[in-house]
Amino acid sequence: MRGFRPEGCARIDAGGGAAARETDSLDPRRDGGYGRQPLRSFSGGLPDDPPGGPKGRPLPRPGNLFAEMRIYLDHNATTPLRPEVLVAMTETLGNAYGNPSSGHAEGAHAKALVEAARADVARCLGADPSWVYFTAGASEANNALLMGLVSGGGGRLVTSTVEHPSVVEPAARLEKAGMPVTRVPVNADGLLDPEAVFEAAGSDAVLVSLVWANNETGVVQPMETIAAGLRARGIPLHVDATQAVGKWPVDLGAVGADYLSCSAHKLNGPKGSGCLVAREGSPFYPLIAGGPQERRMRGGTENVAGIVGFGRACALAADELPERMASYASLRDRLWEGLCSELGPLRRNGCAENVLPNTLNVQFPGMPGEVLLQALDLEGVAVSAGAACHSGSISPSHVLTAMGLSPEEARSSLRLSLGHGVDVEQVDRAVALFHELVLRIRRAESG
Amino acid sequence: MSSPSPAPVGGRHGSVSEQRVRVIVAMSGGVDSSLAAALLVEKNLEVVGVTMHLAGDSSRCCSLEDADDARRVAEELGIRFYVANYTEEFRREVIDVFADEYLAGRTPIPCVACNKRFKFDYLMERAGIFGAMGVATGHYARVRQNERTGAFELRRPRDLQKDQTYFLFQLDQAQLARTYFPLGELTKEEVRERARNLGLKTADKPESQEICFVPGGDYAEVVEKMRPEAASRVGEIVDTRGSVLGRHSGVHRFTVGQRHGLGLNANRRLYVISLDADARRVVVGSESELAAEGAEIFDVNWIEGPAPERPVRARVQVRHRHPGAGATLYPLPGRAVHVEFDEPVRAVSPGQAAVFYDPATGNDDRGERVLGGGWIRG
Repeated sequence: MRGFRPEGCARIDAGGGAAARETDSLDPRRDGGYGRQPLRSFSGGLPDDPPGGPKGRPLPRPGNLFAEMRIYLDHNATTPLRPEVLVAMTETLGNAYGNPSSGHAEGAHAKALVEAARADVARCLGADPSWVYFTAGASEANNALLMGLVSGGGGRLVTSTVEHPSVVEPAARLEKAGMPVTRVPVNADGLLDPEAVFEAAGSDAVLVSLVWANNETGVVQPMETIAAGLRARGIPLHVDATQAVGKWPVDLGAVGADYLSCSAHKLNGPKGSGCLVAREGSPFYPLIAGGPQERRMRGGTENVAGIVGFGRACALAADELPERMASYASLRDRLWEGLCSELGPLRRNGCAENVLPNTLNVQFPGMPGEVLLQALDLEGVAVSAGAACHSGSISPSHVLTAMGLSPEEARSSLRLSLGHGVDVEQVDRAVALFHELVLRIRRAESG
Repeated sequence: MSSPSPAPVGGRHGSVSEQRVRVIVAMSGGVDSSLAAALLVEKNLEVVGVTMHLAGDSSRCCSLEDADDARRVAEELGIRFYVANYTEEFRREVIDVFADEYLAGRTPIPCVACNKRFKFDYLMERAGIFGAMGVATGHYARVRQNERTGAFELRRPRDLQKDQTYFLFQLDQAQLARTYFPLGELTKEEVRERARNLGLKTADKPESQEICFVPGGDYAEVVEKMRPEAASRVGEIVDTRGSVLGRHSGVHRFTVGQRHGLGLNANRRLYVISLDADARRVVVGSESELAAEGAEIFDVNWIEGPAPERPVRARVQVRHRHPGAGATLYPLPGRAVHVEFDEPVRAVSPGQAAVFYDPATGNDDRGERVLGGGWIRG
C-alpha cells in the first residue's frame, strides 16, 4: 500500500465537510492524521464540491489508515488498484459515458473501450476474445455457470472439498434441487489426485468445477493433467482461476478447460468486475437475462469503467507475469525464512512446491489466528485468518479442515499474501512485529 | 497478567510509532459502553473497541445488531474495533454452569462469572497481547487507589440506582490496577445526555435487564433445552414439616423466596423456603420461615488482600437489588465466611452472591467500598 494512496480518499474525506469536522474534538488523530495529507483533486479536472460540502451523508472516514505506515499482506482478499488502472478508469468515468448498445458516437466509443478491454483480458488468459463474457466478478461467473445447470436437465456435478464459497453454495443448492454432487477430497498438502477426479467424473458428469489456485493456501492444482484427462473423456471442465490470474501462467489455449472464471480486483483491478470465459461450443445459461449485452449472455448495461479497469489490469499482468512471480516468490521466501528464524519451527499449510508465489499459510501453534490478526492490525499489518462471519468473528477455514487440520490447527493459522507494493523492508518489519507479538502472547498466557 | 506495565511495542526492533497510551474498551453496543469509549477518546487515549461474541446469535445482548451498533459507534469515534469470539468458552464456563446450578436447586447468577472471566480475565489477556495498558468498561462502579495503603479499592458509583459493584466482587488487585470505569462519576441520565450531545447512535437505546442468553426471561425453558432430563425430574412440594402439598415439574423451575407459580390451593401465603435437588423436593412455608439469621459464604474473594483475622462489621447484599443488611462477618478457614445478620434477612438464596460493603464508607449506611464477597452455600 505504501507509496500509493488513492487521492480520491483524501478528497472524499475533506469533502466530509461540516459533519465530519463537528466530531473532530473526538478524533484522536485531529492533529496528526489524514488532515495533514495534501488535498489534491481526484484527476485535476473535476469541479469543486458545492458550497457547504457535497450533498448526502458523509462517507465513513478512513481513520488513520492512510497516515500510518500499513503493511498490506492480504492480496488474496483483494488488491490495491494500480495507478495505471485508476487513470484508465477515471478517464472512462469522466468521458466515456455512452451506452455501448447505442447507435451513436458516444455509444460507439464506449463499445470500443469494452472491446479493447476484452482483447486485453483474452490475451492475458490465453483465450479468444469471443469467449469472454464480462460479469460483476468471479462469484457471478461461478453462479452463472453452476446455477445454469438447473436448466440443463439433470446429470451430475463434480467439484472438490476446497472450493470458494461461490462454488460451494451453488453446488449445495443444486444438490438440494436434486442434482447429485460429488466432492473430490484433497490430500494433506491440499492437492487433488487427477485420477480421483477422473474416477469421480465417471462418464456421466455434466460438469467438473475446480479451483485452480486455492485462495487460502495458494496450492495450485495439476490442472493441465486434469483438463487433458477430462477432455479425453468428453467431460466439460470449469476452472475457477480467480487467484491464479496475475500470479501464475494461465493459458486457456494450452490448458484444455472449457470454462474459466476470474475477477479484476485480485490483480490490481477494480471490484465488481470480472468474467466468465466459455470456449466456442461450450454453452451456459444466462444468469441475468434482459438485453443484447455480451451477446445476450449477460443482461444489463456494461460496467464500462470496471471493464476498462479489468482490461488494463490484465494487460499489466500479462506483460509483467515473469517478474511478478519472481519478485513475489523471493519476498515470500524471505518472509517464511524470517518467521522460522524468529519464531522457531512453524508448520506451513499446503504443498510448498505447487503453490502461488505470493501465498503463505502458516500455523502458529497455540495462538488463535483471530487474536494475531487483530494485534497485527493494531501495529499496521493486514493479514487474514479463516473466514469472517457477519459479526466479524472468525470460524475455522473449511479448506484447512479439508486438508486434515484440526479445528484448533485451522484456527491458529494465518494467511499472508503478498502483492504489488510490498517490499523487502516491509517484509522484514512484518517479521519483527510477528516476533514481538508472539512474545506478547506467550507473556499474556503465562501471566 | 502479572506485569501491570504495558508491553512496549516494537521492542528491540525499535518503536513502531510514537504511541499514545492504548486501552481496550469492552463495547456491548449499548449506550453505557459507547459513552465509556467516547470519554476515553476525549482523554486522548488510543482506544480500541472490542465486542465480545459470547452467546449464540439468538441471544439479546451479544446479538449481531448489538455488534453492529458497537461497530458503528467505533466508526463515529474513529477508533479501531474488533469482535472477539469467545462463544465456546462462554458455553462451557457460563451457560453450562447456569443450567447445572438450577438443576442442583440453586439460583445462579451468571453475570458474575461472565464479568470476571470474560470482561476481565480474557479481555485483560487480549489487552496484554494488544499492547494495551488496561481494560475499560461501561460498568457503573469506581476504582480508587488508597493513597496510604496503595491498594485499589472497588467502590459503588455515584449513581446508586445503576450500581453494578455486586457483579464485580471477584476482581483482584492486579485487575483493578488495570481497570477503568469511565462512568463511575456519572448518572445514567448524564450518560444518555452526553451520548446524545456527541451524536452517538446508541444514545437512546433501551436498557437490557435480562440475562443475555435468556431472551424472554424464561430460565426454565433454557435449562430444559440444555439439560432435557430436567423436565422429567418431577417431585413433591412439601411444607416444612414434610407434609405433601402438591407436585412440581422440576426444582429448576423454583427460586427461594418465590410465591407465585406454585400451583397450590392453600389458605395462606406460601413461599419457597428451600430446594432439595437430590430428593427432588420443593419446601414451602410462611414468610417468617423464609427469614435467615445467618449464612455460610464460600469461595470468598477479599478485594484488597488477605482475609481479615478477626470478625468485621459489614453491610451484606444478598441479591443485585437488595439494599443490604447489617451483619458481622466471621472469617472461616478455606476462603469461607460465616455471616451473622443483625436482623433476619428474607430469601437468602443458595447460588446467589453475598457481597460485603464497608459500612464506614460512603454517604449512607449502605457502605461504598466493596470488601469482597462470595457465594451463598445451600
